Amino acid sequence: MEGHLNLTLKIWRQKNASVAGKFETYQVSGISTDMSFLEMIDVLNNRLIEEGDDPVAFDHDCREGICGMCSMYINGRPHGPNRGVTTCQLHMRSFKDGETITVEPWRASAFPVIKDLVVNRSAFDRIIAAGGFVSINTGNAQDANSLPIPKEDADDAFAAAACIGCGACVAACKNASAMLFTSAKISQLALLPQGKVEAAKRAEAMVAQMDEEGFGACSNTGACEAECPKGISLENIARMNREYFSATFSSK
Amino acid sequence: MTKLDAKIPEGSLAEKWTKYRSSVPLVNPANKRSLEIVIVGSGLAGASAAASLAELGYKVKVFCFQDSPRRAHSIAAQGGINAAKNYQNDGDSVYRLFYDTIKGGDYRAREANVHRLAEVSGNIIDQCVAQGVPFAREYGGLLSNRSFGGTQVQRTFYAAGQTGQQLLLGAYSSLQRQVGMGNVKMYTRHEMLDVVTIDGKARGIIARDSVTGALERHFGHAVLLCTGGYGNVFYLSTNAMGSNVTAAWKAHKKGAFFANPCYTQIHPTCIPVSGDHQSKLTLMSESLRNDGRIWVPKKQNDTRKANEIPEDERDYYLERRYPAFGNLVPRDIASRAAKERCDAGYGVGTSKMAVYLDYAAAIIRYGKGEANKNNMHNPSDEEIQAMGKAVVKEKYGNLFDMYKQITGEDPYEVPMRIYPAVHYTMGGLWVDYNLMTTVPGLYALGEANFSDHGANRLGASALMQGLADGYFVIPYTIGNYLASEIRTPSMSTDSEDFVAAEKAVRDRLETLMNIKGNKPVDYFHKRLGKIMWDECGMARSEKGLKASIKEIQELQKEFWSDVKIPGEIDNLNPELEKAGRVADFLELGELMCIDALDRNESCGGHFRTEYQTEDGEALRDDENYAYVAAWEYEKQSKFKLHKEELKYENIKIAQRSYK
Repeated sequence: MEGHLNLTLKIWRQKNASVAGKFETYQVSGISTDMSFLEMIDVLNNRLIEEGDDPVAFDHDCREGICGMCSMYINGRPHGPNRGVTTCQLHMRSFKDGETITVEPWRASAFPVIKDLVVNRSAFDRIIAAGGFVSINTGNAQDANSLPIPKEDADDAFAAAACIGCGACVAACKNASAMLFTSAKISQLALLPQGKVEAAKRAEAMVAQMDEEGFGACSNTGACEAECPKGISLENIARMNREYFSATFSSK
Repeated sequence: MTKLDAKIPEGSLAEKWTKYRSSVPLVNPANKRSLEIVIVGSGLAGASAAASLAELGYKVKVFCFQDSPRRAHSIAAQGGINAAKNYQNDGDSVYRLFYDTIKGGDYRAREANVHRLAEVSGNIIDQCVAQGVPFAREYGGLLSNRSFGGTQVQRTFYAAGQTGQQLLLGAYSSLQRQVGMGNVKMYTRHEMLDVVTIDGKARGIIARDSVTGALERHFGHAVLLCTGGYGNVFYLSTNAMGSNVTAAWKAHKKGAFFANPCYTQIHPTCIPVSGDHQSKLTLMSESLRNDGRIWVPKKQNDTRKANEIPEDERDYYLERRYPAFGNLVPRDIASRAAKERCDAGYGVGTSKMAVYLDYAAAIIRYGKGEANKNNMHNPSDEEIQAMGKAVVKEKYGNLFDMYKQITGEDPYEVPMRIYPAVHYTMGGLWVDYNLMTTVPGLYALGEANFSDHGANRLGASALMQGLADGYFVIPYTIGNYLASEIRTPSMSTDSEDFVAAEKAVRDRLETLMNIKGNKPVDYFHKRLGKIMWDECGMARSEKGLKASIKEIQELQKEFWSDVKIPGEIDNLNPELEKAGRVADFLELGELMCIDALDRNESCGGHFRTEYQTEDGEALRDDENYAYVAAWEYEKQSKFKLHKEELKYENIKIAQRSYK
């Protein structure tokens, strides 16, 4: 049932990449528990505009948990307190009246802040460009059913492919490692016969790019899996390491 | 004056595309390297076109307003993609997919384009599988299919409820491969704010870098708009927050005709509005209608909980009215039927503007099926429930989770509440068979064009069209134009035309910033949305449309004198971006009403209350309205109608019946 909340928000404000940011405190009242977290920020922003202040900049687009654009660090956790949800799917019924909520951008040197809660995640695109594909041009494909794939493999590949590229794994990791993101793509393609051919080369190229972008190493704390809104499994990192080591052992 | 020529190839329907492909002029590889193509939008159409054209050797630049091409709203498509593979051996064929699409579109689509779409549909599945798209499979390792509304065969391929995501990530990976190879230059967080035309041909764009606010000029021998639909004119829709008409609208004002703007698809199965704070609506995939049953109480204003209403007091109105297709009637029909029941006082939930989508029967059916498979002879009710829920979870788990997330109710236990919402726009920039608009060198692909879905799109056909246009149509048809451009060198962006276009964009942005009025952009967007939903939504009337046109014109004036945009012009400024988009929506909304008013008939998603049969079905007027309405922009609030007559040579035009 619908209820209403009064809340204190501590939000990271930073004008642009070259100046220092700081927390600002705002009070909001009469927030419906049916609102999404982003709709609550909309309410705050429209008030700030009317009062002549600069609204809080944040990334968002689909607002149905699939585009991966929203990226808030809420009360010390990427995408807030609930498991398996993005910020846009987090609803205010998950908060209590009178609560203080702290909102920050993703924190990672490979994800520099652009403004307020908006960060630059183009490093992820470059990791995919380094090898996150099957090298096939349009028009060369054989009939789709000429290549039967065991359902278990297809399902595992799908589970890895469900990654939305939001970067919560990096934000959650104390080393700001991008292993979960990178491994999900390596794993999806290595599990399928179409992608198997280039699996070793792909793993080498993507890991090299990941390192070049300045993401940290993995120390197996599992925070990435726990905070991933799509439940991407740590097993992918194991698969990636297998592909990577077999590639580096055999490469010249 | 521009004359409408669809440039449909000669020959019998089934041979047109084959013959065209064999005779279209080619561009040799050396010349391709010096031809530049600008692509705006990175969804299914944009990403697939960019990858395919770059593979061919063209120099490609891609622009998207999001932070990555992978965010484009194609990502949110849930249910599936159609293809005439006939893997199920259930009588499917290219002709049947073509026929279903024309009929589903209520006989307002162009035959030749739709047949080509059906012809290439199978190639799309092959291409996607080869890229590693993890479609659902059977235990034998072959691809799985399901059925969708408006068809009686199983031709829909899917990846759980995330088909759009998987297809887009496939196209995105192909795009990124070309980016990595240096064949595509990607511009993220860039918004196209005008098309540049030189001597009547599209020669580039003006784009704004959202982070720095800098305006940029980009040359292209051709420009492709793959910028999606305009459903956000309604404020509330299932579109992403950023989806907008700006690129298409700027093209329109530079001479591209806008076709059938009033054809809007209202999707029947969306989560109902919960309050004034609502920023967008969430779709529950049409695939849910495969197994779910839609009903309302037989008694008006029934306040009992769903589970307390006995079976014989429920009205399964779609099964009652349309026994042949039942819950799988096309979207426009299902939406209107829901509105009819709610308007008549049978709606459910606190707002009474919702109907039930019930999985109780499906859970029992699947549970019993599992018991049979496992040789359980006397399963208990609990066992049946548990096994049935497991099957439903496997098929629709992510959708059920999403519903619970948003509403706080568990759809495994209580029926979902659903209501129609704006979802897709069949109208768009007018294009010929080559996908070229009325501006030479300017193309529109995917949802941004008007060509394939007539007055109503069938489920799982949007993904098909986006990828057909990008992977299999434009790589051929663009050669038809560029073969004659090989002598055109890359042009300097310092030319008068580029400078003037950039100045016009800058002036407009400065004007917006300098209004310094009192109301945020959302205030105007919400008001426009309400006008559109009330008068140009599921039911339209002459009186309502005439009044709306006036209201929108007044709202335009108010916007340009009272909007308040904070922040700076040369910094990341989401409000400024939104203001530009809403300004364009305000003009588009007016044209939509004008188009709806011109069309004195009901067809597909366009339902005029004056034109209906006695039992409330849409009443088409093929005698007078079997045309595409292509609107030319003359000046503010003044549009000129051009008609493209639709000829049906292969299909007998008939009253659409799903009874």
